[in-house]
Amino acid sequence: MSGILVVAEVFDGELQPISHELLGAARKLSDGGAGPVSAFVAGEAYAQDLIHHGADTVYVSNAQGLEIGLADPYLAPVNAAIEQSGADIVLLGQTNIGRDLGPMLAFHHKTAVSMETVDLQLQDGRLRATRSCYGGNARAELTWKEKLQVATVKGKSFDALEPDTSRSGEVKNVDAAGETKIEVLSTEKAEASGVRLEDAPVVVSGGRGLGDPSAFTTLEELAGLLNGATGASRAACDLGWYPPSQQVGLTGKVVSPNLYLAVAISGASQHMAGMAGSKNIVSINKDPDSNMVKVSKYAIIDDYKKVIPALIEEIKKVK
Amino acid sequence: MNIIVCVKQIPDPETPAASFKVDEQAKKVIPAQGVAPVVNPYDPQATEAALQLRDAAGGGKVTVVSLGPDSARDAIKHALAMGCDEGVLINDDAFEGQDNFQTANALAKAIDKIGEYDLILMGRAAADWDMGVVPIGVAQALGIPAVTVAKSIEKDGDSVKVERVLDDGFQTVKAPLPAVVSVSNEFGEPRYPQLRQIMMAAKKTVEVWSASDLGLSPDEVGEGNRVLPLEALYIPKIESNVEIIEGESPEEKAATLVARLREAKLI
Repeated sequence: MSGILVVAEVFDGELQPISHELLGAARKLSDGGAGPVSAFVAGEAYAQDLIHHGADTVYVSNAQGLEIGLADPYLAPVNAAIEQSGADIVLLGQTNIGRDLGPMLAFHHKTAVSMETVDLQLQDGRLRATRSCYGGNARAELTWKEKLQVATVKGKSFDALEPDTSRSGEVKNVDAAGETKIEVLSTEKAEASGVRLEDAPVVVSGGRGLGDPSAFTTLEELAGLLNGATGASRAACDLGWYPPSQQVGLTGKVVSPNLYLAVAISGASQHMAGMAGSKNIVSINKDPDSNMVKVSKYAIIDDYKKVIPALIEEIKKVK
Repeated sequence: MNIIVCVKQIPDPETPAASFKVDEQAKKVIPAQGVAPVVNPYDPQATEAALQLRDAAGGGKVTVVSLGPDSARDAIKHALAMGCDEGVLINDDAFEGQDNFQTANALAKAIDKIGEYDLILMGRAAADWDMGVVPIGVAQALGIPAVTVAKSIEKDGDSVKVERVLDDGFQTVKAPLPAVVSVSNEFGEPRYPQLRQIMMAAKKTVEVWSASDLGLSPDEVGEGNRVLPLEALYIPKIESNVEIIEGESPEEKAATLVARLREAKLI
């Protein structure tokens, strides 16, 4: 074994939470015998933070273009870090960058990548990855034929370690220049009103079972009372009832709030994959046998059109 | 403008969870009774993009390519009925059980064999394995740039201007042609073929290429040569501890739920 390389990501001048989660995953593998933990990052300013979160060595690149939001410029510098560290496991986040860079690295090295991995184990010194497939209906466990094992990791699948400021490590530079034939003309942020879905302590989501796009106004009112955010299932987004940026699920946002209120959502695996990490789930649903009711802590089996206004009134009373 | 569109036939992702079965021994999905396989939901959007670009350019042809079993001919016929000009089915028992990395390699060889192309389009991912690696793999094998998760595509001289969907917004990029672009659901509704077009498409011939037609040797295709071996495939289990909130009316149930949530300090 020769170690793990974590590709850390910086956005708007801050290390992304997934970078700390990747280090948490890497430390676990390292404790199991996978070798030392290295991290790749654009900019020396983040090196100590990565060491405090579990990196033994940080490879810093000052290559041009790592901030433009494209994967291509990362390929050569990350390859240089793979070579210098001798890592045979590379972990990336399932992010705008990682979802392209993971396969780029894999094809470049004639190996494979497990995308959106939710669990990583060591077996006889080799990586074994678990991921969802068939819309979350099935789980697959995968291994690699070639020596280099690349995986992108789904957000919130691993816990970050508490930062330990007494940890020390080495900081090294990688010189390789980044290249791309693609030019970025503009980047814009999607504006979501209210609390950001991924950060909200309470999420109220609606699905196709609402039967009516205007119902989201009532869900927003309820979410607002609970200082939460409003989400939607893919089916509801596909129907154009709610913006895709608010989609919770396998192909949408992954949330793990303290309270998840699922309104008229049956719990197709596509949706479950995005909210299964919620600490407490409450269902409002007509079908007592639905998947979502089964995974809930509390459920009301009734028509949401009557239950939600009643809930809003009750919450107003106790506030 | 010559465009190649890659499409895939997959089990219908709207199959109810109760009908979804896995043969854990064979590590394969058991096709649901009476549910026909469908074109991967993102692929008609890639096809629509190709047709719009061809028509805007005032000429050229769109070739649709699929790697799959005999039934994948239906996915090609669907694209032909939408308006594509030619179809190629990459079909060989030797491909059975192979992974996306092998498939990307085979598609790149087929695209090379087709020869003339300005742009290669495909769906952002296939909804069965949901990996999204094939667009990148094909681009790398052909030595051309890949632009992923497109919302809109516009030809601009010798390049394409693509609006991409990011996790938290959008990004507009310009890539030189030829390039691979993967298309997302945000592209918009694809056209639906009319009966007359479906009948015309049925008459179009679909070329069939085998592994050896693409110069692929038996030791690089199929399940036994996967780069990402599949060790297990199963349906995850759910354990239930739900408390159903009882009450005479929705109002009473709502009041009980709010009390429970307050007891648990959740609100």
